[in-house]
Amino acid sequence: MLSRTAENMFWMGRYMERADATARLIEMGYRMAMLPGSNEMEEWRSVAAASGSAPDIAGEERLNASAVVQRLLLDPDNASSIRSCLNSARANGRAIRTALTQDMWEALNDGWRQLGQMDAETALKNLPTLLEWTKNRTAAFRGASEISLLRNDGYYFLRMGGLIERADMTLRLLDVKYYVLLPETDVVGGGRDYHQWTSVLRATSALRAYHHVYKGDYTPWGIADFLILNAIFPRSVSYCYRSIKRFLDDLAELYGEKSAPQLVASEMVEQLDKIGIEELFQSGLHEFVSDAIDTTRRLSAEISKAYHF
Amino acid sequence: MFNEMFSEDRSIRAPYEKVSEWINATGIDRLALRQSEAEAIFRKIGITFAVYGEGGDPERLIPFDLIPRVFGASEWRKLSRGIKQRSRALNAFLYDVYHRGEILRAGVIPEELVYQNEAFLPEMVGVDPPGRVYSHIVGVDIVRTDGDRFQVLEDNCRTPSGVSYMLENREIMMRMFPELFHAGIVESVDSYPSMLKKTLEEVAPIKCDDDPTVVLLTPGSLNSAYYEHSFLADLMGIELVEPQDLFVENGLCWMRTTRGPQRVDVIYRRIDDTYIDPLTFKADSLLGVPGLFNVYRSGGVTLCSAPGAGVADDKAIYVFVPDMIKFYLGEKPILENVQTWRCAAPNDLKYVLDNLKDLVIKRVHGSGGYGMLIGPHAAKKEIEAFRAKIKANPSEFIAQPTLDLSTAPILGEAGIEDRHVDFRPYCLVGKEIRLTPGGLTRVALKKGSLVVNSSQGGGVKDTWILAD
Repeated sequence: MLSRTAENMFWMGRYMERADATARLIEMGYRMAMLPGSNEMEEWRSVAAASGSAPDIAGEERLNASAVVQRLLLDPDNASSIRSCLNSARANGRAIRTALTQDMWEALNDGWRQLGQMDAETALKNLPTLLEWTKNRTAAFRGASEISLLRNDGYYFLRMGGLIERADMTLRLLDVKYYVLLPETDVVGGGRDYHQWTSVLRATSALRAYHHVYKGDYTPWGIADFLILNAIFPRSVSYCYRSIKRFLDDLAELYGEKSAPQLVASEMVEQLDKIGIEELFQSGLHEFVSDAIDTTRRLSAEISKAYHF
Repeated sequence: MFNEMFSEDRSIRAPYEKVSEWINATGIDRLALRQSEAEAIFRKIGITFAVYGEGGDPERLIPFDLIPRVFGASEWRKLSRGIKQRSRALNAFLYDVYHRGEILRAGVIPEELVYQNEAFLPEMVGVDPPGRVYSHIVGVDIVRTDGDRFQVLEDNCRTPSGVSYMLENREIMMRMFPELFHAGIVESVDSYPSMLKKTLEEVAPIKCDDDPTVVLLTPGSLNSAYYEHSFLADLMGIELVEPQDLFVENGLCWMRTTRGPQRVDVIYRRIDDTYIDPLTFKADSLLGVPGLFNVYRSGGVTLCSAPGAGVADDKAIYVFVPDMIKFYLGEKPILENVQTWRCAAPNDLKYVLDNLKDLVIKRVHGSGGYGMLIGPHAAKKEIEAFRAKIKANPSEFIAQPTLDLSTAPILGEAGIEDRHVDFRPYCLVGKEIRLTPGGLTRVALKKGSLVVNSSQGGGVKDTWILAD
């Protein structure tokens, strides 16, 4: 496979995942801002911060939904806005049309102009529909890849791009929200924290899944355990890294050659397997999250180095 | 004026019986509805075309007209023989001018027309392309001026585009109106990609000692024909590469892959001659693969079409194609040329200047319908401007009579309307000469217009060759 094709597959996977995650993040802010007793501005602030692409407006004193929606959904100059992500994914796909199946291309191509002419007010008015639409686009793309793409190197690069982006998004959300998960906030108790905890789950679409696994109350360590260490929740750091490791192993087998990124991924998987949630809290949740963000960045760089893109 | 569907008494010509039945059974309103459906499908699949220098939407759709253009089996038999004959002669001519130049020595074609031609590449002299093939895909633009009169408007020996429309137009017609094709009355065009691949494999270079690796070289996704490049690469199951994916080492050509370098044997290139190799052709070009031409010359890789093939499709050379057919093949030309005056010849020039208002003036090196003058449709000012241009540089221009192109029915705002059409089949030249029964029909959508180029508001139609 051409290195350029691998690169485009990888980034197409990343951009589609980012569009999806950003839609879930905005959805979280929208829901939280509606709850009684919430501080609307604070909710949108944490949305802006977790997106990682709006540090300037996250610091603004008066922040409103419209500014966040403009920046994260519509802004053509923000490479991480949903509009930019969908456009970039399509541009990546268009550059390697032959590596895509017809179904995948149609999923990328369908409706990509939709956000082009929209202003923030209109977008805000139709926000739930637009977010739903975004999630449907990315789901259709993912579905098309699953059922139509050959399981060879192209598929591996596409999936690894998506998984790296997903691990990164979960980690960044934790980075912004870690303080609500610190043990001392548990002492305060009460409805406010409950909302904060559920917001973290909501942004990762994990509210119901959490119940199925933990069958009880929301607790900070339960939530952290779920998002970081749980092996079966598909947005957890552990799940993402295990899958990346598997794809890297498959790729190494296909090419008959061990690769440097395999080592990075397997070290991380080992660490996640060994550490318990209590130990993780003791040694510092924030530190762990920061380190993991660095590792993820390094892994991405190692993959492009190993496969010449 | 010849109407493809209706004879003089408005009865339906035999090849169009099925189409006419279908139009009547479906009804105009319903057809119009299906027309917009077809457009949505084109948009969704992403079949688009960029127009240079027009700004606006970079991914425009080429208008597609639902009503097929039909050739009967016997019409096609004649066309097919004529097209293959022409393709053989053009390749023989190219081999000749890059070797001994017999046709020039014999005085059949003036030397300066070849040697002083911009498209003639001295670097190609003495190079032996595999199979002596220079133009592997010959697109012959044909118009019909009467019932049994087909004339060639021009030849395209470099990389004629549009074949993806031949395939996609059929695909969409079959998707939308499967009932039309049930009886098997229309010849299939499906074989084109595999025939193209076979053709490309047949011209593998001498240094290739295994199954040849064929790639399609595109300038990139911003090119106007990018859709076609990706579509063809996909159908042939070959890599679609950009210049930066290729490099030269140890006298061979390689592509960069995730598993390291992989050897490339045949390049179906959709970039111009001058952008192939900055070391040989255009030193200031950012495109291209440095050293590629040397690899080509030494038999390490085959370029399709061969550099310099453009000297055969020049409009000044066009005049002599019937002579080539006689000279190289010893045959009588099956397809006629359009009468053409070369402004470089003093007598012709005088005639042209005296009759500008009745003639079509074209640039010798032009393509895409740019820089043309259509005398009968032009304002006085335009004609005078052209007169000055021709006088300043006569050898740049040729003139042809305004042809009475045949018309075919389209679905217009007022129902079925007649518009002028032309036809471009794609002839493949490898060890054998192959021709898919079909081609691209282009249609001038503006009423009365004779310009069918997609860059100038032309549209396309599915083209049927009826089975025997």
